Amino acid sequence: MFGITAYGTYIPKTRLLKSAIADANDWFDASLRGLAKGERSVCNWDEDTITMGVEASQDCLSALGQGAAVNSLCLASTTLPFLDRQNSVVISQALNLADNIRTMDVAASQRAATSALISLLEGNTSAAGHSLLVASEHRRSKCGSRSEMLWGDGAAAVAVGNEGVIAEYLGSASYVTDFVDHYRGEDSTMDYEWEERWIRDEGYMKAVPTAVNRVLEANGVKAADVAHFVLATDQARTPPAVAKKLGINADAVVDNHIQSLGVTGVAHPVMLLTKVLESAKPGQLILVAGFGQGTDAVLFRATDTIADKRPASGFSGALERGRQDGNYNRFLSFNNLVDREIGKRGELDKQSYLAAMYRRKDLLTGFIGGKCRDCQTVQIPKDRYCVNPECGHLDSQDDYPMSALKGHVKTWTADRLTFDWNPPAYFGLVEFEGGGRLMMDFTEVEPGTMDTGVEVSVHFRIRQFDNQRGFRKYFWKATPVQK
Amino acid sequence: MASGIKDKVVILGMGCSKFGERWDASPADLMSEAFEECLADAGIEKSQIEMAWFGAGIDAFNVGSSAMPLSIALRLPNIPVTKVENMCATGTEAFRGAVYAVASGACDIALALGVEKLKDVGYGGLPQRTRGVENDMFWPNLSAPGAFAQLASGYRAKHGIDKGDLKRAMAHVSVKSHANGAKNPKAHLQREITEEQAMNAPYIAEPIGLFDCCGVSDGAACAIVCTPEIAKALSKADLVSVKALQLAASNGEEATYNTWDGSYLKTTRVAAQRAYDEAGIKNPRDEISMTEVHDCFSITELVTMEDLQLSDEGQAVRDILNGDFDADGRIPCQIDGGLKCFGHPIGASGMRMIYENYLQFHGRAGDRQLSDPRIALNHNLGGFPHQNICSISIIGRYE
Repeated sequence: MFGITAYGTYIPKTRLLKSAIADANDWFDASLRGLAKGERSVCNWDEDTITMGVEASQDCLSALGQGAAVNSLCLASTTLPFLDRQNSVVISQALNLADNIRTMDVAASQRAATSALISLLEGNTSAAGHSLLVASEHRRSKCGSRSEMLWGDGAAAVAVGNEGVIAEYLGSASYVTDFVDHYRGEDSTMDYEWEERWIRDEGYMKAVPTAVNRVLEANGVKAADVAHFVLATDQARTPPAVAKKLGINADAVVDNHIQSLGVTGVAHPVMLLTKVLESAKPGQLILVAGFGQGTDAVLFRATDTIADKRPASGFSGALERGRQDGNYNRFLSFNNLVDREIGKRGELDKQSYLAAMYRRKDLLTGFIGGKCRDCQTVQIPKDRYCVNPECGHLDSQDDYPMSALKGHVKTWTADRLTFDWNPPAYFGLVEFEGGGRLMMDFTEVEPGTMDTGVEVSVHFRIRQFDNQRGFRKYFWKATPVQK
Repeated sequence: MASGIKDKVVILGMGCSKFGERWDASPADLMSEAFEECLADAGIEKSQIEMAWFGAGIDAFNVGSSAMPLSIALRLPNIPVTKVENMCATGTEAFRGAVYAVASGACDIALALGVEKLKDVGYGGLPQRTRGVENDMFWPNLSAPGAFAQLASGYRAKHGIDKGDLKRAMAHVSVKSHANGAKNPKAHLQREITEEQAMNAPYIAEPIGLFDCCGVSDGAACAIVCTPEIAKALSKADLVSVKALQLAASNGEEATYNTWDGSYLKTTRVAAQRAYDEAGIKNPRDEISMTEVHDCFSITELVTMEDLQLSDEGQAVRDILNGDFDADGRIPCQIDGGLKCFGHPIGASGMRMIYENYLQFHGRAGDRQLSDPRIALNHNLGGFPHQNICSISIIGRYE
C-alpha cells in the first residue's frame, strides 16, 4: 500500500480582523464591507513561505516520530522568497534532514502543490522512507483589494510512503488548459485578476468536473461515494456548485475557511486535506482538487490507522492558536504596502556575508549546538573549547541539535530603542532543558506575559531583511509555549 | 610573584573637556581642550612626553582609527602612540597602557587620552552598529539599554524583589547623580530631577526608563603620568598614585554556561577582588572614600554596589534608598554626576572618572568637594552584562 503517512499544518498566529480591512478601505470600495466577516491569518513580519514550511514540516514529522527516514522534500509555492536559491534546501536543513535527500521547489501555479503531490505519489512507491510535500504561501495582495479580504497565509505538509499509510492513494487525473484567471509576471509581486463570474463559469465549473470525472471513472468510484471533497477557492459558493454538478453530496464539500483563515493559495488544497485527515473515518474516500491552468484531482481512501497518527498541532490546533489583531496598519507595514519611517536604527547595513553564513550554517539553520563528550556540557554555539571551566577540553563537542528543546527565560527585556519591525523587541537569555543557553530574540510575545522562568520553544524565523541586496537571513527565535 | 602596580606611578597632571552636545567641537578640538588643561596642570612641556596611549571607541564614532588622530591633533613630535579600544572600558585601557609604560621603565613620562565624538552620527543613544560578521547573524539587535535592562529581571528573580521597589531604588540612583551633576560645571546635564520624574519616564527597555539611562555626549579626558621620583623632582606636592589597575574579560561562560544567574557582573567581582588585593585593601567599605562606577544605566550602578562588595548581596536596594551612596552617604558614588550627567563618550569615560578622583584628592572639586578622601575606586565597563570587559582602577594619595 502506498499513500499518505503523516500530515502537519501551520497557520500564523496573527489573525487580522476583516472588519479592520473594511474600516480602512470601504471609503474607496463599499463592497468590501460585505466581505468583512471573521478574520484571516497573516504572517508576522518574521514569517515567510520558508519559515511556515519549516513549521508545517515539523508538525508533520511529529506524527512520524524520531528517526523517521525522509528521502525527499518538495516545496510548493508561488511566493518563494528566493527565485534562485533552492528554498526547499533551506527547509530541509532547518529540519536537519540528511544531506542525501532529493529536494525540489515547485511553483508557478495555484495547482503547484497538487501537481507536486501527484509526482510524489506516482514516483518510486517501493522506496523505503517518506517523501515530504510542503505547501506554503505568504500571499501578496494590494491594499483594499478583494484578495486582501479573502486570502490568508499558511502552510501544510504531507508525507507519503509505504509504511504506516493512513490514506491510501487510489489514483489521480489532470486536466490541463491555459485558463488565465489571474497571473503574476516575472517583474510583479501582485496578481492581476479577471472577472470572478467568468472564472467560476468557464473555469471551476468546467475544469474541475473534467479532471474529477476522469479520476472517478478510472477508479470505478461513484461521485456520491466521495466523503470529503476538497476544492480550494476564494469563491465561497463555487465548491457546492461544482459538487452538485458532479453528484458529490453537499455535506462532503470541505469548507474553505474563508472567514476564519483565508485562502492560503498553493497551500490551501493541502491545508484542507490536513483538515480532512483529522476527522476522516476508515474507508472514507477523500478527493482533493487543485485548480490553476486546469485541474488536478487526487483520490485517497482512509485506512484503518487514520486516527492513530496525529500531529502535535494539525489543522484544528493551528487554527485554534490564533490571536486577533485589529491593527490594519501593522499588516500593511509587514507586507511592505506602506513606506514606513523606520528610523535611523533601521538603516544599518544588513549585508549577509555568505562565506561566514555557510561556515555557520549548522548553528544558523539547524540550531545545532555542541555537547562535550568528556563532561556532557551542552553549549550553543558549538565552539572549539568546552565552556565548562572545569573541563575546557579542545574539540570535545559533538553536534547536538537543539531546535526541539524547550527552554526557560533567564533574563529578558522589551527594548523600545533598538530597531524592530514590531516593537518593542523582546529578547533575553534562554536556558535550555538539558543544558545550554543563548541570548536570543523572542517573537510573538504578548504584552504583559513575559517574565523570568517562562517556558519557551524555538522557531525558525526571518532575522533580518537586506533590502538593499534582496536577501533575508534566518535564525531561531524563542516563543512562549502556549498552555 | 609580581608585586603589582601599587604606588609605582603617579599622576602628574590631568585635564577634561566640557562634556555635552559639542556641536561646535571636532574630535581634535575636544582632545586639545583636555590636553591643554592637563599639560598646564602637569607643568611640563609637550616635548617631555615620551609615549602616548590613545583611547577611542569605534571608528564609526567619528574619531578615526590608529594612533594618528591623537598624534595629529596634538602635533606630538613623532613619539610612539598606541591606539587602544576595549568597548566602553576604553578610557581606562588608555590609562593602563601609559601607567604600565612608566612602571616598566620604558619611559619616564607618558600621556593617556580618551575621546569620543558621539553627537556627529545623528543618533539619540549610542549608534546602531555591527557586532561583527558572525555575531550579526544570530545575536539579537539588542541596544545597550536592552542588554542592561535584563539585569533587573535577573536581580528580581534571584532576590525576590518587588518590581516597584527595584524601580524606586533605580530612580534614587539617578536622582542622586543628577543632584551631584548639578554642581559640576563640566557635566553635560546640570539639573536636578525628582524621583517622580525618574519613576514615570517612558520605557526605553523595560524596566529602564529615560532617566535610568546615562546621557550621550562628546568629550575628552587625559592624564600625564610619571614615576614618583620624577614628580618629586618637578617639585610636585600631594601626589596622587595608582594603587591598582585590573581588568577582567568575559570568556563566554556567562553567555553560554548555565551557572550565571543574570543578576550581577561576574567580571566586576573578579576584577574588584584582584584590585583590592593589588591595592592592599582588606575592607573596601572602610577604606574606600569614593567610587565612580559605570552607571550606563541605574540598574548597572545598583548591582555594581554589590559586585564591589560595598553592599551585601541582595541589599543594594536597601542601601541605595538609605542614601549610603549619596554625596553625604558612607561611600559617595558618582560625586561628579557620573555617566548619568556627563554622558558617555566611550573612549573618555574611564579617564573622566580618574579626573574626578584627582580633583577630589587635590581639593579642587568645588561645591561637590568631599572631606579628606583617601582612596577612590573607578569601575569602567565595556560590553553587556552577559559578555563584557570590566576595568577597575584604584587611585589614592601617595603616602
